[in-house]
Amino acid sequence: MSLDTATLPTRPSAWNDPRVRGIVVQVVVLAAVVAFGIHIVDNTATNLAKQKIASGFGFLSNTAGFDISMHLIPYTPESTYGRAFVVGLVNTLLVAAIGVVLATVVGFVMGVARLSPNFIISRLAGVYIEIVRNVPLLLQLFFWYFATLAAMPHPKQSHDLGAGFFLNVRGLYMPSPVPGERFGLVIVAFIVGIVATFVVKRWARRRFEATGQPFPMVWAGFGLILGLPIVVLLATGVPLSFELPELKGFNFTGGTVLPPEFAALLAGLSVYTAAFIAENVRSGIQAVSHGQTEAAFALGLRRGATLRLIVIPQALRVIIPPLTSQYLNLTKNSSLAVAIGYPDLVSVFAGTVLNQTGQAVEVILITMAIYLTISLLISLGMNLYNRRVRLVER
Amino acid sequence: MSDATATVRTERHPDLPPPATTVGVLGWLRTNLFSSWLNTALTLLGLYLLWLIVPPLLDWAVFSATITGEDRTACEPNPGACWVFIKVQFWQFIYGFYPPDQTWRVNLTFLLFVAGVAPVLIERIPGKKWALFYLLFAFPVIAYVLFVGGVFGLPLVETALWGGLSLTLVVSIIGIVASLPLGILLALGRRSKMPILRMLSVVFIEAWRGVPLISVLFMASVMLPLFLPEGVNFDKLLRALIGVALFSAAYMAEVVRGGLQAVPRGQYEAAAALGLSYWKTMGLIVLPQALKIVIPGIVNTFIGLFKDTTLVAIIGLFDLLGRVHTATTNAAWLGMSTEGYVFAGAVFWVFCFGMSRYSIRLERKLGAGQRRR
Repeated sequence: MSLDTATLPTRPSAWNDPRVRGIVVQVVVLAAVVAFGIHIVDNTATNLAKQKIASGFGFLSNTAGFDISMHLIPYTPESTYGRAFVVGLVNTLLVAAIGVVLATVVGFVMGVARLSPNFIISRLAGVYIEIVRNVPLLLQLFFWYFATLAAMPHPKQSHDLGAGFFLNVRGLYMPSPVPGERFGLVIVAFIVGIVATFVVKRWARRRFEATGQPFPMVWAGFGLILGLPIVVLLATGVPLSFELPELKGFNFTGGTVLPPEFAALLAGLSVYTAAFIAENVRSGIQAVSHGQTEAAFALGLRRGATLRLIVIPQALRVIIPPLTSQYLNLTKNSSLAVAIGYPDLVSVFAGTVLNQTGQAVEVILITMAIYLTISLLISLGMNLYNRRVRLVER
Repeated sequence: MSDATATVRTERHPDLPPPATTVGVLGWLRTNLFSSWLNTALTLLGLYLLWLIVPPLLDWAVFSATITGEDRTACEPNPGACWVFIKVQFWQFIYGFYPPDQTWRVNLTFLLFVAGVAPVLIERIPGKKWALFYLLFAFPVIAYVLFVGGVFGLPLVETALWGGLSLTLVVSIIGIVASLPLGILLALGRRSKMPILRMLSVVFIEAWRGVPLISVLFMASVMLPLFLPEGVNFDKLLRALIGVALFSAAYMAEVVRGGLQAVPRGQYEAAAALGLSYWKTMGLIVLPQALKIVIPGIVNTFIGLFKDTTLVAIIGLFDLLGRVHTATTNAAWLGMSTEGYVFAGAVFWVFCFGMSRYSIRLERKLGAGQRRR
């Protein structure tokens, strides 16, 4: 007996076939996006041609002709726009890198303080977190720069902080180190210390796994990385002197100055981001089940060891993904520098360079590409770290 | 061993009160503040910090402050805060340069907005669906007519006159309302089975999330005019709004995606078993559940956007912070920046803190079934 063909499912008509429909929809959407893109590019080209602006990246090798108040690499008004771009990028990376470190330290301290059994400490931390998190960063930057730092005295009446540190309206003046002849040895000792720490760490780990004997790795690390260079420094007769800032006339000369824009931006970024990190740390620690702590106490571990060996490694798994996005936020927020005049990438490149050259498309595209790259690199790095600390499932 | 007596108690000894050091104020102090040496030291440090901060702050803000008067000469004898500055500029901080006899239009718009938002956000008020439709379709038109004017006998108010807190609210509310539909589409695209749609959505979302808002605003103000055909031009506020909406749509997409992932697979499968099409599955089954889950996330995105709207001050729009900042640079009121920023900070704080409390409460309520403790 043959099957009745009428009861067999027939192929759906082409319009009702999900596969065909999927392809049609995608082709239509792609065509629309491409058409939109072509339309925009066409418009832009017409507009640029009408305004007689040459497109292309040739302007990067033209002379910039403006000065930048803070540059870590050599820069003069005769340098090129390309150089100005690099100066801005370096300034952005500098403030972001220091800000990330400061915000992490303050954030962890505040997050732990928030969970402190001490009523006053936990409330103080709570007030800090709730105030800082709920006020816009730009407002805080304005506050640091225009209200706090602008209220500093003039150079003649600077606050003398001792040890060659002076604080006034032009910034924080510090002694600058002048390395002597044999200072290179100290740097060599520092590098040797770092390498030795890694070697000792591997040895300590192997011994711990073989015999169960613990090794005070933290102190050994401190001794090797900090102690060794100090010993070499003393042994070579301290080949390091300091150039102190001095008041000459109306201003200080010598020493290193931390510009007020940099200080305000750094303070604002770290204080703001630290409040968010503190909340991440708090929730991470709270996410570790209390049974873990009790089990550790039952095994006879002390409070410090419980925190270090049981709670923190588990809390880190929860903390790290949001921490990554906080680092990304800090880096992106450093672009607010433009509001208080710190010469970062946006301020120098998307601000001054764009205004001088009128190359809006190229400048904005480069700026966005740079931020995208930084963002991707940070999340890549943190993902690698996350992979190391995450739960190993068998 | 003669007269040794044994005491035998025949009735139960009455319960003794707990030791005085473990209950009451004393007990609380012992467990919370002085339980160990370290804790005692921390308590003293905390008290010292409070003593350093609180009395001078109160003195500046309240006891030595000036409230009465019309200009800065009233403040000169007092060392504390000069709140006269805020009092004199107050209406400008709220409405910018919106004509004073027309500000009822701004007030009415925000009243209408609150009337639409309340049913969506507060569980007890019925009519969520209608309120959502009203907010997404009717309200924008009404708000546009009221704010801009030029029809129905309302005088035209140019966007250049808008400012202050009302501009902050306009930018953030339009940003969030416009970004919601776009964010939903992007989130659906990112979870779609069609590779090209998925790729386009991922690229769009990640590109916007990877760049700072300030560069987006720069792009909107300098690059957008170049994109438009000849003769078409947008005003500055609209350009900023486009930038803000696209930017927050990318964040909104990620929030909505979280909600879509939280809807159990069985719901999708049940919808498919009933023979519902993709759009019916999404519109009738998945999105209503997903959007309910992500309301706290949307509120958090809104808080972020609300704070970020201050950045429009950098491209020359005068929101609350921009107005305050301009006022502090006014020659008649130099040196009042602390008062100005404290005022603006307090306003932002009240809004953001209130919304974050709301979102936490809602999160607790929605997560009541899965809470650990």
